[in-house]
Amino acid sequence: MKTDSEPTNKCRRFYGHGIPGVRLEELTGRLIVVEGADGSGRSTQIARLVDSLETGGHPTVQVGLKRSTLVSSELEKAQEGNILSRTTLSLFYATDFADQLENIILPALKAGFIVLADRYIYTLMARDMVRGMDEAWLKNLYGIALEPDAVFYLSVEPQELVQRNLAKSATLDYWESGMDLGMSRDMFDSFVKYQTAIQAVFQNLQKTYGFNVVDANRSMDSVTKELRKKIAALLGET
Amino acid sequence: MKTFSELNFPGRLIAVEGLDGSGKSTQIYLLKRWLEAEGIKVYFSEWNSSELVKKATSKGKKRELLTPTTFSLIHATDFADRYERHLLPLLRAGYVVLCDRYVFTAFARDVVRGCPPEWVRGNYNFAAQPDLTIFFKADLEVSLSRILEGRPKLKFFEAGMDLGLSKDPYESFRIFQGRILEQYMAMSGEFDFVVMDANLHVEKQQVLVRKLVGERIELKKFKRRSPLPLPPPAPHGDKVMEMEEDSAA
Repeated sequence: MKTDSEPTNKCRRFYGHGIPGVRLEELTGRLIVVEGADGSGRSTQIARLVDSLETGGHPTVQVGLKRSTLVSSELEKAQEGNILSRTTLSLFYATDFADQLENIILPALKAGFIVLADRYIYTLMARDMVRGMDEAWLKNLYGIALEPDAVFYLSVEPQELVQRNLAKSATLDYWESGMDLGMSRDMFDSFVKYQTAIQAVFQNLQKTYGFNVVDANRSMDSVTKELRKKIAALLGET
Repeated sequence: MKTFSELNFPGRLIAVEGLDGSGKSTQIYLLKRWLEAEGIKVYFSEWNSSELVKKATSKGKKRELLTPTTFSLIHATDFADRYERHLLPLLRAGYVVLCDRYVFTAFARDVVRGCPPEWVRGNYNFAAQPDLTIFFKADLEVSLSRILEGRPKLKFFEAGMDLGLSKDPYESFRIFQGRILEQYMAMSGEFDFVVMDANLHVEKQQVLVRKLVGERIELKKFKRRSPLPLPPPAPHGDKVMEMEEDSAA
């Protein structure tokens, strides 16, 4: 298990300007991000990881998009009505992210917790890039973000995603189908086109940010096994 | 940063900046009244006033939930909402848009709060430069006394209490406003501020403001060509207000 001298085999850094006044060397916990579309099994995998990590004696904290105390309800409301323009929505999401970063992620890392993030800035950037937002602008904006210790991208073919989403709720989510983009009036078509476009952006982001791409077309159990193995290695527990 | 004129917008944007208590809001209000009376298509927009975002902002402020970063981002969200939904379409339609505070407020305040200047400026780089920015420069003591006399209690963020400058809100406010003034003055040349002596009498200032606007903006280009048609039943209350004011002008 853990040794006295906590191994920090990775140099902590913010992607850009970061948060003023944060002492990076104090952040002794781990930040693990799970990325992937709806239906990629993110939530299930995170629940399983929390389970095995806590059993192994690691305290955990979970964060995710649109969960901040500050703006989550206003953001939800804005999205329902689809009344905000693109830059506004980006900045609103960034506010939500920053609030959780400063009030949950950083304090938890300081206290030595393992923070499991159900999506991170990459989803936010990918959504905006598909909608034509400027990449340099997004990189500056999310320069506040801390570089995670690991990012697992659960990759699932769009055709498989659509099946999983329909099997789960018999409908497709408006935003996850990219309906605001007008790619197709047919929701099924739009979903597949949108998720294909998102995946292409993720492939580009992968080059910059170095995700662990996990083939999540497989069964839940084999994905869990792979994630647990990789996280154990990260924690020096192999 | 290019101006709306340089970007070939048919409309023009005039911004006023200055410390709390510099009298800028009174001046821009009187400017609006004059432009309306002249039959100009005019729209007024105030900092931190987007309906939806404002709720989150006031919650954050009341509960003191905001950090320098979220303070900056939530104001950027508010600005973006007004910019994309109101300012840009109106400027495309040939309006003279008046802004009580513009991005420079964020450039000054957020940087005093400790946000990196390049980050703040980068976040706002979707915004074009006003065609005219008037900076109301009053002596710090004058601004302070206007605020402190008129209002007995200073709000937490307004006084910069989040910065831990002083335990006394009044002392904190003084230091905070002083630092903001320094930031404003440092960017004055870069963004082509026209500095107005806000120690002058309020009416005298308005004469100068109107003269300046008349010289810098070819106002007759922005007149309404024809009387407004009867306003259709508008879904939003604020739009109804606008229409009524316009048709009265």
